[in-house]
Amino acid sequence: MSDLALAAPRGLARPAKARAGETAEQLAAWVLAGPAFALIWILLLGPTVAVFVLSFTDWTFGMPEIAWAGLENYREMAGDAVFWKTLRNTLTYVAFVVPLSVFLGLGAAILIEAGESLRGFYRAAFFLPVVSTLLAMALVFQFAFHPTVGAINLTLAFVGIPTTDWLKNPNTALFALGVIGIWQAIGLSMVLFIAGLKAIPKDLYEAAAVDGADGAFERFRRVTWPMLGPAMLFVVTITAIRAFQVFDTVQVLTDGGPNKATNVLLFQMYQEGFSFLRSAYAAALTVVFLGFVLLVTVIQVRLQERNTHYG
Amino acid sequence: MRTRSIAATGLGFQLFRHALLGLGAFLMLAPFVIMISVSLKPSGEIFAPEFTLLPKQWHAWQNYTDAFTKQPLARYILNGFIVTGSIFACQLLTALPCAYALAKLRWRGRETMFMLVLLGLLIPPQVTAIPLYILLWQLGLLNTYAAIILPSTISVFGIFLMRQFFLTVPDDLINAARLDGLGEFAIVWRIMMPTAMPAVIAFGVLSLVWNWNEFFWPLIVVQSEHLATPPLGVVFFANAEAGTNYGPLMAAATAITAPLVIAFLAAQRWFIDGVTMTAVK
Repeated sequence: MSDLALAAPRGLARPAKARAGETAEQLAAWVLAGPAFALIWILLLGPTVAVFVLSFTDWTFGMPEIAWAGLENYREMAGDAVFWKTLRNTLTYVAFVVPLSVFLGLGAAILIEAGESLRGFYRAAFFLPVVSTLLAMALVFQFAFHPTVGAINLTLAFVGIPTTDWLKNPNTALFALGVIGIWQAIGLSMVLFIAGLKAIPKDLYEAAAVDGADGAFERFRRVTWPMLGPAMLFVVTITAIRAFQVFDTVQVLTDGGPNKATNVLLFQMYQEGFSFLRSAYAAALTVVFLGFVLLVTVIQVRLQERNTHYG
Repeated sequence: MRTRSIAATGLGFQLFRHALLGLGAFLMLAPFVIMISVSLKPSGEIFAPEFTLLPKQWHAWQNYTDAFTKQPLARYILNGFIVTGSIFACQLLTALPCAYALAKLRWRGRETMFMLVLLGLLIPPQVTAIPLYILLWQLGLLNTYAAIILPSTISVFGIFLMRQFFLTVPDDLINAARLDGLGEFAIVWRIMMPTAMPAVIAFGVLSLVWNWNEFFWPLIVVQSEHLATPPLGVVFFANAEAGTNYGPLMAAATAITAPLVIAFLAAQRWFIDGVTMTAVK
């Protein structure tokens, strides 16, 4: 009875009703989305625009005067050997951390999913670093890297591999920080790959078996690898963006040293902006940092578009 | 037969699997083991030439007492809960209504608003640091809880995640609620939020993990010890002890890592699903 009563007027009066309720819906939507709209501008997009603008000025934090400086900050950057070293360090760090995190995460995901026993334990063990406080763990690594009593050198010496003071040696410090970065990133790429593996239809493996792909390697090459394409692209992107953001370990363990060997973009920006209070120059460094992060995203989108043609 | 085609089940392969994964798990967990082990030892044993898992002479009580009394460690942990709790409450309050408007209402600004959210997703949080620092300075809010919390009151990621989830909620449910006389605001909190609980929890877990561990922003805006969040507190601790007193330092590191690790071990599924959900969508 009531069902009929409701259904009939709804069906008949729909156009008129929609028009009448339209203004109310518009209004409700703006009230509901208004706070988020305002906050996105005030806290996110506005400040991003402000960073751009600030990078073309000469402002020092706390100064009463501000003047346009054109490209002066960028010119200073281009002429500064420290900036180029910082850029090289950042790119080296990313190039070291990303492939290893991605492939070790992929290997862990495949091996974990290839059997039943201890699956939950392995997954938890690999994922634990992702949720733990990087800063606290960095101090543990500092102890583990200790030249004489650290677990790392004790182990290496036991096996007979030459040791050094990893965090104080300019040739190894950046890679020592990279090891911490990889240790934390593996778990993330592992769970993302596990999700990717689970999304592969099971009958594809059966079809491949019918086609004569018998060995584990053949199955991997012909089914798993191509089907993981989208997941791979996503994991590489997210790992690369996170690697560009390296800061915590540099700040507590090496302070950018020794001899600027671990100076990275964000750390340089932090020092210029908040230690030396050179806000405008730090803003220009931020723009460079943002440029690299956006470049990673642009590459991802391009590759995604190319892949969707057959994917 | 079916499982055989997916997972290689040969004994040799299983041994190989456990050998590699066992080594991997050992390396992943080793830092935690070292941290706890050192936190139980007197400094003489910490700097002994060979590493032992358990102390010969237990020093746990002294180390943990030192950790909590030499620095206000309990305060740091309390600050962690205050900051992460306030941030998530604000993020939920701003994200849910917006996500509902984006997913379920027809209005003129919808496309623009969604574009802004997507644009916001591209910007790493560190990019806004300098202007926000200047803003907080102008407002006289530096070195307060507000300084830590305010910049994180909006989560474009949360809006995006909740919108994706709300899109899957049937319109009939909302229409029925409207016929029952519920306003749009009530629909958000009394119909949409309970329906979207899995997404809300995933969002909460990620927000908690991110903000508990966040170091960059608190480092910039907080100078006072009594406002320090857990990671910042550990750095104060390390600086005060000049990096030599590893026992109490590792005890402090254990104490601030514990809440998240315990939460993770208790609710693994939520954590892993939460992280995965961000990827699939």
